[in-house]
Amino acid sequence: MADVLTFTDRGIYCPAGDFYIDPWRPVERALITHGHADHARWGHQRYLATKAAAPVMRHRLGDITLDTIDYGDTMQIGGAKVSYHPAGHVPGSAQIRVEVKGQIWVASGDYKTTDDGFSEPFEPVRCHAFITESTFGLPVFKWTPQDAVADQINTWWAANAADGRASVLGAYALGKAQRLLTAIDQTIGPILTHGAVENTNEVLRAQGLELPQTIRVNADLNPKDHPGALIVCPPSGFGGWSKRFGPQSTAFASGWMAMRGVRRRRAADRGFVLSDHADWQGLNDAIRATGAERVFVTHGYTSQFTRWLRDQGYDAHVVSTEYEGETLDAASEDGAAQ
Amino acid sequence: MKDFVTLFTAMDQTTKTTVKTAALTAYFQTASDTDKLWCIALFSGRRPKRSVTTTLLREWAAEVAGIPLWLFEECYPIVGDLAETIALVLPPAKSHEDQTLTHWIDVTKSLRSMEEGEKKETVLAVWDRLSTTERFLFNKLITGGFRVGVSTKLMTRALARATDQDEAALTHKLMGQWTPETTSFEALILTDDPMADLSRPYPFYLAYQMENLDELGAITHWNIEYKWDGIRGQMILREGQFHLWSRGEDLMTDRFPELHRLADFMPQGTVIDGEVLAWKDDAPLPFNALQKRLGRKTVPKKLLAEAPVILHAYDLLELDGIDIREKDLKFRREALETIVASCPADAPIKLSENLAPASWDHAASLRDVSRENHAEGLMLKRLDSPYLAGRKKGDWWKWKVDPLTIDAVMIYAQAGHGRRANLFTDYTFAVWNGNDLVPFTKAYSGLTDAEFRKITAWVKKNTIQRFGPVRQVSPEHVFEIAFEGIQESPRHKSGVALRFPRMSRWRHDKPLQEANTLDDLKQMLAQYG
Repeated sequence: MADVLTFTDRGIYCPAGDFYIDPWRPVERALITHGHADHARWGHQRYLATKAAAPVMRHRLGDITLDTIDYGDTMQIGGAKVSYHPAGHVPGSAQIRVEVKGQIWVASGDYKTTDDGFSEPFEPVRCHAFITESTFGLPVFKWTPQDAVADQINTWWAANAADGRASVLGAYALGKAQRLLTAIDQTIGPILTHGAVENTNEVLRAQGLELPQTIRVNADLNPKDHPGALIVCPPSGFGGWSKRFGPQSTAFASGWMAMRGVRRRRAADRGFVLSDHADWQGLNDAIRATGAERVFVTHGYTSQFTRWLRDQGYDAHVVSTEYEGETLDAASEDGAAQ
Repeated sequence: MKDFVTLFTAMDQTTKTTVKTAALTAYFQTASDTDKLWCIALFSGRRPKRSVTTTLLREWAAEVAGIPLWLFEECYPIVGDLAETIALVLPPAKSHEDQTLTHWIDVTKSLRSMEEGEKKETVLAVWDRLSTTERFLFNKLITGGFRVGVSTKLMTRALARATDQDEAALTHKLMGQWTPETTSFEALILTDDPMADLSRPYPFYLAYQMENLDELGAITHWNIEYKWDGIRGQMILREGQFHLWSRGEDLMTDRFPELHRLADFMPQGTVIDGEVLAWKDDAPLPFNALQKRLGRKTVPKKLLAEAPVILHAYDLLELDGIDIREKDLKFRREALETIVASCPADAPIKLSENLAPASWDHAASLRDVSRENHAEGLMLKRLDSPYLAGRKKGDWWKWKVDPLTIDAVMIYAQAGHGRRANLFTDYTFAVWNGNDLVPFTKAYSGLTDAEFRKITAWVKKNTIQRFGPVRQVSPEHVFEIAFEGIQESPRHKSGVALRFPRMSRWRHDKPLQEANTLDDLKQMLAQYG
């Protein structure tokens, strides 16, 4: 039997429906799991995404031909039956289920299995073949519950405020920043946002998501008017952009902060371990819950994770893609800041 | 260990020296004397002996984590630290036990005399009672390496503040052979007389790289000598006992038995700062002759004949049992000259000559030919300066000769450790030999973090083949490699070995084909080797 999805140099392709999932080269029809730049790219003729992902995609990609679909609804595309299911990664993110002649494949894009209280929580989808990421696919990655991380951030912010320091928190402009805003204790002080973060905030507020009150940082803003503030910016805002806030403590929220070497290299004062990707346990649980026998690993620690899955009896394979997962380094941070 | 964890966390969460010093000072003001002493020991490189092999620790950690050993081994280079990798893979602790730092060190020491089975039981039980950070620190204690971003200098400063002592005097107290088992906080720090320990060295005075020649004033105020490329050492002769210390506080007495004769010619209570050099037929041998002498506790006769050493004397720190570091260099040098002159001509000691150039231009021309004289450049020391402790600006400068350089092609890359984990920072470089690229050196330093990040992203996309952690990359990037010396080396494919190679520039402007050749390297070898 022919495979429901195949891996091409343009992206994940469905021959029966003649469409691509998260392609990285321009195609006619692109099904998009979520709005991050490495999954939702420029230049496709038609896009399909969830209703919740659409506003951010329009904001980022401008005037595109975009159809939307509700979670759980089924759409027939050629010989393929397609439906979108929550991936828990960022608001609107989805796993895409494709069924052809009774064979079910799921492309999960990026996902996390814990409920962040903000994104639609991850739902396992039964399938024959599962396409998974492995950004944090090593057993050294174990996330602490979000509440505990939020407590750490609150303590840090409150201590800075008491000492007359600004708290500058670096986080990706789409997803992580908003997740943090909703998780922290908003009563500690005012919250200021970098333009890239606030632009996304506006888009998400307009589609009905609830976010705390924030103040956009622009040229007219006088930092002295907001003592004890928390400033949320893309990581690229450290140093140069954030200088205007005077004495400050910097922090970075990312899954990579679990590793001491990386934490120290970032040269931020603090590193909070918080990711929108599944940890080791999360990946293993998610894969088990699909009931799939075949697993394709697209990005992250692909070779190690695939070998582990084979040890566990899965028919697992590495596939080469251009997805980046949660990145750490300057070039992609600039991408996240756009 | 709660207070030590708090200390570690506070220091780990900051890059600011002032914050680290304040945290350590607070610890020294509140911790118990035994904990303080261990803290001092750990941060001055005195760690408990390794009590379990890392092989066993890896196996146990993998077993407890429920993962195969190969997966643990994959994690290690990515995390970049064994103690941390273990701490991260273990399942959460079932209970918690708060004990002192000294208690956990006693546990690691007790492991030494245990059978393997008992060791395992003990370590696993400890892991199951500690938080992730505590596990990390405990593992650091067992594995022996305790480098966590705190220098001896920083620790000494904090201790000086906490105990209201002079930092240089305290630095001196902390030198030498003590361990927490052989002394107490009271004896070492509070009531100590540094002269009581016959083997104890003085802190070395270290020079900064020369900044501005114009600020140095008249050349007649300076003692100017060659900067010899050997091993800095401090020779101590007190009450018939002879000791030789390295700058890293290693006792090297036994490694250089031919120097022991010096004890016959000098008065008791003599301490000389100098350079150990391989020296034969009245000329220095290349550094690799000396290198053969290092790392061996006992020296075979053949090697002793091939590469004999002498002490090149720079300075006199103790005269007739009296600490004369406060006296000016002129006084100290004169006393040193008298001592060296009183030794027989064939004694393994030589005075490092004051070149006494007539002008700074003359000095510059001497510096230009230092490599031909087997030296690394010049040392400038103000004649009226005391002998200070540690790296201090103003009175001593090193004026090194410009490095040699060669343009080479990067062909392999490997991720670094610790702070550089997950970043490709260790590269192998090659030069052309016809149409082939011949590897000739590795280099790890000299680039900015931003450049390392750029290369890391490039390596990920341009890997041709993997050999374990090493990636073969497409030959594309040319780097200028700077180095201090070049020697023949039959062990290397290229036939040469470089001294202190590092990347001085990323030659974006240089096409691959214009990198240097093996012939260029061999020419350098003929000229400088």
